[in-house]
Parts: sequence; structure tokens; C-alpha cells
Amino acid sequence: MAPTTVWHKSWNISSVRREAEAVCRELLKAVQIRGYDEHELFGVHLALEEAFMNAIQHGNHGDPAKRISIDSLITPEKIDISITDEGTGFNPKGLPDPRHGNNLYKCSGRGVLLIRAYMDVVEYNERGNCVHLIKFRDTQGRIKKALDS
Amino acid sequence: MDQLSPNLEIKYHGTVILATLADEKILDDTQIQELEGSFMPLVEQNDAIQLIIDFSNVKFLTSSVLGLLIRISKKIYEKGGKLRLCAIDAKIMEVFRITRLDKIFEIFSDQDDALVGLKR
Repeated sequence: MAPTTVWHKSWNISSVRREAEAVCRELLKAVQIRGYDEHELFGVHLALEEAFMNAIQHGNHGDPAKRISIDSLITPEKIDISITDEGTGFNPKGLPDPRHGNNLYKCSGRGVLLIRAYMDVVEYNERGNCVHLIKFRDTQGRIKKALDS
Repeated sequence: MDQLSPNLEIKYHGTVILATLADEKILDDTQIQELEGSFMPLVEQNDAIQLIIDFSNVKFLTSSVLGLLIRISKKIYEKGGKLRLCAIDAKIMEVFRITRLDKIFEIFSDQDDALVGLKR
């Protein structure tokens, strides 16, 4: 496959980690061969792991009978991925900031922060059960902004 | 060197316990549970433990590992112990900085550096 090609693929998988891992591997391979660097690959990998974990554990409550759908469009310029679970959704604005006060000592609640730090666009649908992630090439400014904030 | 689990190697420097994470990637629940199952008895059986966790093999981790580190640290501090982290890859260090956990953990460049100032 030529690295300049546009790649599009969708999946509908069971809500189990093994199936999510297979999708994650395929997505990362598509990203890698389109010339994204090691740091970008690390960030996309981390965002995907956190998003799949949220979909499986929080969205679908670990129920393997529930489904997760994934839509992806990967080009040399941007990575565009949507992950939808069958949950009732959540309000991302209601999440406490894990960097402040006693939240710093909590054992969970950092996944969405990391997704936001490494991706350029993080949007949720109105119901809150679909996360739309976009990363453009070269996001050093985004990471710096997250570190400085 | 003791192998408490396939993903954790333990060495003793006098009274200091040096735990090296063996896996390159730590991301699934099974790995986290195995690590927790190795670390917690170690911490519970040693009052005022001085524990160094070496990340030199680790190239990727998720927020679940950060949660595990906080659980371990709380248990250690409850019992008057010390926890130090060392040899963290630059990309993973960025994750600590983004989450500001670099402010609450003592982080050192390598094992030798982490051993300085601990009672042996």
C-alpha cells in the first residue's frame, strides 16, 4: 500500500478487549505506513487504548454482548476515528480535572485528559456514547499547550 | 534476583527493594492485576518499605498503570515507607507531566540515582 493513499475502514466488534486490540493494531499499522512519526504514533495509540477502555468498561459496562462500532479515515495529513458504544453516554464536561486538588491522588479519571492531550479534536455526540477523534500531523503545539495549562 | 511474576523482577540492595517492570507494554487488565498481585503483598509484608520501581523496559503504558502506582504509593505511605520511580522513557515521562503525577512521585534518572539517600 502506498503511504500517500487514503485509508477508510469500519468495524462492528464485540465489547471485549481482544477484539479492540485487533482493531487498534490495524489502525496503528495504517497510521505508521502513512509516515507519522514515533511520537505521533505513541499519542494515537494511547488515545485509542483509553477510548476503547472507556467504551468497554464505562460505556458497555464490560458486557461482551454489547457492541462497539469504529469508523476510521486515515490519510497522510490526518487521522480521523470515531468510536461508539451502546452505553447511555456521559457528559464529558462533568468530569473533574484529575490534575487539581485531591483529584491528583485519585486512582482513575485520567483517560479523557490523555485523549485530549494527544489528539487535536475530541468531540462527543449529544448522547455522549460516541467519541470523535482527529489528529493532524505535527501536534507539538497541542502537547505543549496541555503541559503548560 | 527474584521473579515474583513474569512481569516483575525483584532485587535487593540492602534494605532497599528494586522492582523492575519487565514488560515493554503495560495496557491490559490482566497485566495490571498481576502487577498489583505482586506489589501489594510486598508492600503489606514490609513496614516502612523502601521501594524503587524501574521503568527502563517500559515503552508504553495506559492510565490504568498510573492508577496502580497511586494505589501502591498510598499503601506504602500509610506504612511509613518510601517509593521512588526511575528510568522512565521520555514519551512516558510526558504522560506523567500531562497528568501532573510528576509532582507527586519522586522520579530519578536511573537506579543509582534513585538509591541515593535511602537507608541501606
